[in-house]
Amino acid sequence: MGSFLLKRLAAIVPTLFFVSVLIFGLQQLLPGDPAIAMAGEERDPNVIAYLRGKFHLDEPLPVRYGYWLRGALHGDLGESVRIQQPVTDLIVEKLPVTLELAGLAMAVALVIGISAGVAAAVWRDTRWDYVANVFALWGLSTPNFWLGILMILFFSVKLGWFPASGYVSPSENLGENLAGMVMPAFVLGNALAAVLMRHTRSAMLQVMASDYVRTARAKGLDEKVVILRHALRNALVPIITLTALQFGELLSGAVLTEQVFSIPGFGKLIVDAVFNRDYSVVQGVVLFTATVYIVLNLLADLAYFAVNPRMRG
Amino acid sequence: MAATLVATDLPRELTPGQRALRRLWRRRGAMVGLAVIVFFVAIALAAPWISPHDPLATSWSAVRKAPTAEHVFGTDEIGRDVLSRVIWGARASLLAGVISVTISLLVGVPVGLTAGYVGGWTDMLISRVTDAMLACPFLILAIALAAFLGPSLTNAMVAIGIAATPIFVRLTRAQVLAVKVEDYVEAARAVGNPPLRIALRHIFPNIVAPLIVQATLAIAAAIIAEASLSFLGLGQQPPAPSWGSMLNTAKNYVENAPWMAIWPGLSIFLLVLSFNLLGDGLRDALDPRHG
Amino acid sequence: MKIAPRIRCLATALAFAALALPAAAQTLRVGLAEDPDVLDPTLARTFVGRIVFAAVCDKLVDIDENLKIVPQLATSWQWAPDNKSLTMKLRPNVTFHDGEKMDAEAVKFSIERHKTMPGSNRKGELAPVSSVDVVDPLTVRLNLSAPFAPLLAQLADRAGMIVSPKAAKAAGEKFGSNPVCAGPFKFVERVKQGRMVFERFPNYWNKDAIHFDRVVYLPIVDSTARLASLQSGQFDVIERTAPSDVPALKKDSRFHVLPIVEIGYQGIDINIGKSDRAKATPIGRDPRVREAFELSLDRQAIVQVAMDGEALPGNQWVAPTNSFYAKSVPIPKRDVAKAKALLQQAGVTKPSFTLMTATTSDAQRLAQVVQAMAQEAGFDVKIQSTEFSTSLDLADKGDYEAYILAWSGRADPDGNVYSHLVCKQPLDYSGFCNADFDKLVGEARVTADPAQRARLYEQAVQIEARERPIIYLFHRHWLWAYTSKLSGFAKVPDGLMRLQNLQLAK
Repeated sequence: MGSFLLKRLAAIVPTLFFVSVLIFGLQQLLPGDPAIAMAGEERDPNVIAYLRGKFHLDEPLPVRYGYWLRGALHGDLGESVRIQQPVTDLIVEKLPVTLELAGLAMAVALVIGISAGVAAAVWRDTRWDYVANVFALWGLSTPNFWLGILMILFFSVKLGWFPASGYVSPSENLGENLAGMVMPAFVLGNALAAVLMRHTRSAMLQVMASDYVRTARAKGLDEKVVILRHALRNALVPIITLTALQFGELLSGAVLTEQVFSIPGFGKLIVDAVFNRDYSVVQGVVLFTATVYIVLNLLADLAYFAVNPRMRG
Repeated sequence: MAATLVATDLPRELTPGQRALRRLWRRRGAMVGLAVIVFFVAIALAAPWISPHDPLATSWSAVRKAPTAEHVFGTDEIGRDVLSRVIWGARASLLAGVISVTISLLVGVPVGLTAGYVGGWTDMLISRVTDAMLACPFLILAIALAAFLGPSLTNAMVAIGIAATPIFVRLTRAQVLAVKVEDYVEAARAVGNPPLRIALRHIFPNIVAPLIVQATLAIAAAIIAEASLSFLGLGQQPPAPSWGSMLNTAKNYVENAPWMAIWPGLSIFLLVLSFNLLGDGLRDALDPRHG
Repeated sequence: MKIAPRIRCLATALAFAALALPAAAQTLRVGLAEDPDVLDPTLARTFVGRIVFAAVCDKLVDIDENLKIVPQLATSWQWAPDNKSLTMKLRPNVTFHDGEKMDAEAVKFSIERHKTMPGSNRKGELAPVSSVDVVDPLTVRLNLSAPFAPLLAQLADRAGMIVSPKAAKAAGEKFGSNPVCAGPFKFVERVKQGRMVFERFPNYWNKDAIHFDRVVYLPIVDSTARLASLQSGQFDVIERTAPSDVPALKKDSRFHVLPIVEIGYQGIDINIGKSDRAKATPIGRDPRVREAFELSLDRQAIVQVAMDGEALPGNQWVAPTNSFYAKSVPIPKRDVAKAKALLQQAGVTKPSFTLMTATTSDAQRLAQVVQAMAQEAGFDVKIQSTEFSTSLDLADKGDYEAYILAWSGRADPDGNVYSHLVCKQPLDYSGFCNADFDKLVGEARVTADPAQRARLYEQAVQIEARERPIIYLFHRHWLWAYTSKLSGFAKVPDGLMRLQNLQLAK
């Protein structure tokens, strides 16, 4: 177990290195000169020259990577060319927003996914199984930006229940913050709910066929207790570990959800940065996301280990 | 004389493949999904003949008209028939789904096979790169790639395909690792078969099942990814129709011309749902533990 | 009885005072279409940033609804007889948000900052200004290396925004995170949500014209979401409403839509000499083909279909409503027959070219309409959707054939033509290089008399209309939508919302 852990920890560094090289390289390949894109409508040659110098745009690729790497190792991820703010500041600013959105989406997904999954497993191959399946699949089958726009039109404009867009910080007004998060969280959580439903269903089926549950049934316990207390509890661990791995998916979904609902989080930051060739921002945000994803992966593996003795050693 | 039993009287042994197919056939959801997919493929193929109008024909006088007998789904922002564009758009969406996943398979499976079978430094290198790609959010990678290649349907397909490759690499590798230690592989190796032969004849057929399942589900995801890229302006370019780009335009007119969005949105939904149902059914059919 | 009138007088005074008491804190909430860039007038470069500046940074002069220069921080001005210096008298008793006095030293500092700060986007705008003299605490003189007619118009924009020298020196490059100017509102925060909050500056020189205690700007990129926010009451004002949403808004009595014809334009740049690619297509080589292309377009129909009628057809770099519009060069009517005849004359059967356009749905809609119209005259137009940053790069290199491009516009016509059509200027994407044209536009730049300038521009327009390096299509409407409770919105053609005299009824 210990050696496994060490091996995994050791693998993090080269992976992150590859991530940074991958994204850095990809961005440099993007056609378009950030200095021109950033220079303003008038394309003043002085400003362009100044920006090129400031961001080392005329130096060869490995040199530029070197500058970035040196800064990164010192905790300086560079500066956004567009807003002229340090990338680390931007990350600190926007991270809580996306985290809140992702967290709420995850909650929505867990509620919908797990209940649908349990229902599907218990009433397997019946109409309910089919309905639960389609219900959860609906989330996966609809483009989330599309769902978002429909929801805005229905719930904001027609019914006036929720605000159409924007974000209010929870420290400022928790009620408004949550009201503004309901629709985006639902939109974002839908796709995840489908995946969770499937995981729950298969995990439950496995557990329900196990000796442990058969014993509980033989003991004469009420079926509901058997399902909820014994089966589900055991099924939850693999479900949760698999859920952690979906973080990347959530972020992908967040990109579009934030665009539609105008939520100033990571997703929006990154899309704007790619389109504006704001290299440092893309680099910093992707690296940060990758780190979190890798750490989550590691935690999930550890949890899985803890549960599944067969895999140890 | 006692009648002799003839071989044809005995119940036939079904092959695993045939058993799986029969299980699949029994799953209603998957069959419905398959039927819908076949329907869309049919209309995509038959587009030139069944489309009531030219999907590119504009008409200044018929801008954003509600559905009528002549334009059953209404017209769009520059007077084109929505029904015709939905029919022709099926081609783009199906292509986007199938070709991206084909790219992922063609690149991902051999790489995964190599990593799993060869092991060692090769495996380590491939795994690190795959992990790196998987650590980046899928859509971000796709956006960056599409931006790099330039906005077009082809480039979007390539971008999605490349971004989805690591999933297949990882899946193949995991399956290979599991199968590698099985007896029949050990036996094949002991007999002295060359690695390539072992990989293709012994390992590959036994890992195909989860790959098929994943591929089907990946097609569903790819169709949505294309719609997402089009939403950002990076997919199918005008005037050629694709459901994703139709939604992108329609979002500005949802209140005064909802038909522009309803039909392509519904089509994406049905097609993607069908692929998801089929994929689920395949998974259940090919892996009895789940069925 | 002497007391009664006094009491009556007192009572009246009290009554008036009660009426004048400020009501409960009034906040104006504005929805923007983009996120502004840095809030430093020297470094700023976006249109949307200028909307926010209207709240926080006053300028030396401003423009009114008729594009006339009116006083703001400067009360009067005088050109020297040789037009090589401009003396401006400043408004007395104006303070910055930090309490510092706004005087000639501050103006000198600000202008020099615009000219010398690294990365300044105002250098080009103030290029002819060679030095600034402090004549007395309330009088400043700008010395020019050559006469420059557009100067006042420049000073009505960011180049004329005066910043507090104390705050600017202290903050340096970081001034944009907390701008300190002399406008009606002072900066409170720009953080986390992407929104910007400003609160009333009690010592504003024109405080009677300000009726809000706070202004909040929030960017919402998606126009559907932005509109929904207005309709649900989250915002009081939104900018850049989608043209297709206008009819529904007009029917709704709760809201009002104000279309303002822009001072910019939307047009098609044609590569006629920027690179070798100009020779590759008949449209780049032959002016007759360009004429045929123009004749195949029906600008009115384009405006109707692509912009839902929310634009004004045009064929010059200023709108037909502008005083500098050359009436002798009217908008040509569509004439497909003549277009075909011209193509025959030029010996081209099926002229084909690539039309580069942005990936936004508006740009693509326009491109498709143009494509369909030109097709009727025999043109085979291929639409090439290019991502914005990439398209700028390509245009800069001349690696394109035709490019749909919009220009946000400047108050002075020089700002709409010089950089775009004078040989080798940064925005001359078409590669237009005509010595006569350059001479005319250059002279118009240094001439003070508007009538004389108009004559020079007229001749320049005639040359441009013949050569057609740019085919101007129309001038968009800036579509501001707001609650009917809002009044006093000035219809200034630069499309910016001014907070003076803006009021929200209860």
